[in-house]
Amino acid sequence: PSSVPPVHPCLRDSGARSVSVDLNNDASLLIDIPDALCERDKVKFTVHTKTTLSCFQKLDFSVPRQHEDFIWLHDTLVETEDYAGLIIPPAPPKPDFESPREKMHKLGEGEATMTKEEYSKMKQELEAEYLAVFKKTVQVHEVFLQRLSSHPILSKDRNFQIFLEYDQDLSVRRKNAKETFGSFFKNMVKSADEVIISGIKEVDDFFEQEKTFLLDYSSKIKDSTAKAEKMTRSHKNVADDYIHISATLSSLSVDDNTKVEGRVASDEELKLTELLRYYMRDIQAAKDLLYRRARALADYENSNKALDKARLKSKDMAQAEEHQQQCLQKFDKLSESGKRELTSFKGRRVVAFRKNLIEMAELEIKHAKNNMALLQGCIELLKSN
Amino acid sequence: MSQTDMAANSQRNPPPFPGSEDQDPLSEMADGDSDEGEDIFVGNRNPVAARTESFQPNTANGEEPADLFSEEDSGPAARSSNSPPGYKSSGVHSDDDSDLFAEASMELAGGGPSTAAKPSEAEAGPSPTTRKSTTQPMSMEQLEEDEVKDNFELDVAVTNPEKIGDGMNAYMAYKVSTVTTLPMFRNRTFSVWRRFSDFLGLYEKLSLKHSLNGCIIPPPPEKSVVGMTKVKVGKEDSSSADFVERRRAALERYLQRVVSHPSLLQDPDVREFLERDELPRAVSTQALSGAGFLKMINKASDAVNKMTIKINESDTWFDDKLQEVESEELQLRKLHTVVESLVNHRKELCGNTAVFAKSIAMLGTSEDNTALSRALSQLAEVEDKMEALHQAQAASDFFIFAELLADYIRLLGAVRGCFEQRMKAWQRWQESQSTLQKKREAEAKLLWANKPDKLQQAKEEITEWEGKVTQYERDFDRISVTVRKEVLRFEKEKSKDFKSQLVKYLESFLQSQQRLIKFWEAFLPEAKAIA
Repeated sequence: PSSVPPVHPCLRDSGARSVSVDLNNDASLLIDIPDALCERDKVKFTVHTKTTLSCFQKLDFSVPRQHEDFIWLHDTLVETEDYAGLIIPPAPPKPDFESPREKMHKLGEGEATMTKEEYSKMKQELEAEYLAVFKKTVQVHEVFLQRLSSHPILSKDRNFQIFLEYDQDLSVRRKNAKETFGSFFKNMVKSADEVIISGIKEVDDFFEQEKTFLLDYSSKIKDSTAKAEKMTRSHKNVADDYIHISATLSSLSVDDNTKVEGRVASDEELKLTELLRYYMRDIQAAKDLLYRRARALADYENSNKALDKARLKSKDMAQAEEHQQQCLQKFDKLSESGKRELTSFKGRRVVAFRKNLIEMAELEIKHAKNNMALLQGCIELLKSN
Repeated sequence: MSQTDMAANSQRNPPPFPGSEDQDPLSEMADGDSDEGEDIFVGNRNPVAARTESFQPNTANGEEPADLFSEEDSGPAARSSNSPPGYKSSGVHSDDDSDLFAEASMELAGGGPSTAAKPSEAEAGPSPTTRKSTTQPMSMEQLEEDEVKDNFELDVAVTNPEKIGDGMNAYMAYKVSTVTTLPMFRNRTFSVWRRFSDFLGLYEKLSLKHSLNGCIIPPPPEKSVVGMTKVKVGKEDSSSADFVERRRAALERYLQRVVSHPSLLQDPDVREFLERDELPRAVSTQALSGAGFLKMINKASDAVNKMTIKINESDTWFDDKLQEVESEELQLRKLHTVVESLVNHRKELCGNTAVFAKSIAMLGTSEDNTALSRALSQLAEVEDKMEALHQAQAASDFFIFAELLADYIRLLGAVRGCFEQRMKAWQRWQESQSTLQKKREAEAKLLWANKPDKLQQAKEEITEWEGKVTQYERDFDRISVTVRKEVLRFEKEKSKDFKSQLVKYLESFLQSQQRLIKFWEAFLPEAKAIA
């Protein structure tokens, strides 16, 4: 039984998208998540589409979707052979209300030990935290869909269209056992890919560089994300302490206004953390592309070997030849689209970082100025008493 | 000057006041346990009383010690009789006659033994009415002016901690410097070297002398075996430097509180502490530290609490005040815990920020877009600066805020102690009354039984105990007056202290926010330059 209140907030917050540049640009297919509901553990998103494309039955429609539906869509795309040469946008992470829920629980237990005011302040904080997590998860799901809609090839995917339009529960489709098994298998193979990718002799300079860069960057960004999270948590702890302090001070009837740190300071860090986290996943998606390409290359090389063998044996040569051609084609196609994808990915990343870093710096300054005004007010008050 | 003089002259309790205009605050303050309470303060209208907190009882002799620098509540009596502001009669007299001074400081209830001035004042007539006529209340402004002046009569600082000796016999010596215009000192500026046990020794001496009077004796900082051992052993790290600094600051605050207490400053032990070149080593402090003394008080108060507690008085001031004090102590303890948690969390934040900065720097090196790479390394630098800011803020949290709370938790303990002293005085009085009663009953019995020789003895005993009852009653009233005065003074000090420390704390915070803004404003163009 969750003590978290069901939230029906309106989440239209146009400035919220900081991890990616503005994606919802193409008027022919506009997607957003205007609303979401949280019931116990499940979040229900309202996915709203506005389109001029003829492939859809209506021009303006909404459907309810759960997090699992998004995962299904992502996995389906990943498993589509045709998209092997594309960077599939990373799946949105599962909504995680564990942290605020746990804190809310602890707060409930400790209610007896604190004053009414302290309790209500802490509760307010937690509700704000909860709301922030909520907003974040909506944002992340929204961005996923918008990346798809703004991709020339992926936006045309049939499953994507079903996701947007199908007004029945998608869970039937999701429960397809074969697909589940398929993705499980895929995860198994992934670790083998790591070996493959480092073992392959790269013929193309571009990809050689990309590989080096991505592997290195990936581990570093993972590290930075973790450290940023730790830092944000510490900052929150400090902010929470200030709530207790200000509550106790006011019960001692000393002028309190020490909510100066507040959670506002941690908001900026949250932004940075989110950016890093997002790109950590995005880079993983880029790495996946490299894996697929490496596998394709391996396939190609294997097919070459097979062809050679067939030629030696003078047996099944036509078949082997055809297979080899297919592999080569696949590999080339992958390489070509891979190059495109990786280049645009780079550009996207740089732009997103720029936007986010600017916003973060501006927010820090703004909040520091607010704090200063607050502090000066307090100091005046104390001095004049 | 003994009690008997006083007994002869004044009915009861002491503080006859010069006239003041405002009766109301005073009538509340009358001791409820005597219906003469009103009398004491009738006509004790001081302009001073018009000031919100202070109730200015005078000393037993009915005059306010010309407190050399009680910042707030000095008896108008004393002042008014010394019209040139800043003329401190006791100071002058005590130079002449330090013995009298010393003796008086022991005998008199708190409020300070400006006993040297006693002779002159006493002649003026101890009764309230006489006093009223001879001493005119000064105007509020003049009194406040005096207060302000008082603040600068003596300044004390504790500096230059130095390690003397080596190994386990080593100790820290602190320089105690005084700057004063008080005539009772030999020089205007002077300093001496003292060690921690000297401070404890001072506390012990002051407690022995003054706590029975109901004075609030500021407690010294805690002993710390662990901290000192590190220092002795010569561990040259930041934690022992912190420890020494913490102790130095605490010792300074301790001394400042002692010298700002009107009665205590008059104590020759305090003068000796500040002035004398070599102090005999205080050995008994090995047993008794501030904490130890407080423990004693706590035990005593527990014991007292288990007895029949309530002082039967119609004035609930003391009861209410004690409850206030106890609940405040609880709150402060709670607050102190949270502030300690704040300090720790902030230190954690420091560490995490530093680690994060390094990580971002690494990310920057692996970033292939040049502008972004540069921006990331700039970000790393900003985060490094933030870490330094957090570090400084944690120090401020601790040294300003946490230590303030710790000081006041100890002080509130001392306040409780003086309430206990009053309780004991009351009990002594009550017991003497019941003993007197018994003696009277015994006499009656003897009368019946007609035993003339024993009767004589019984009569003598009755007289003796009558005297004791009178004395103990007077003691009790005196201590009540002192406690009240001390508590009000304490509250005023506390409010001032808290306010000034909080302002300091907030100002340090303000500064750090200003620097934060500078850092981020410098970073912004770098971020904008990314392409």
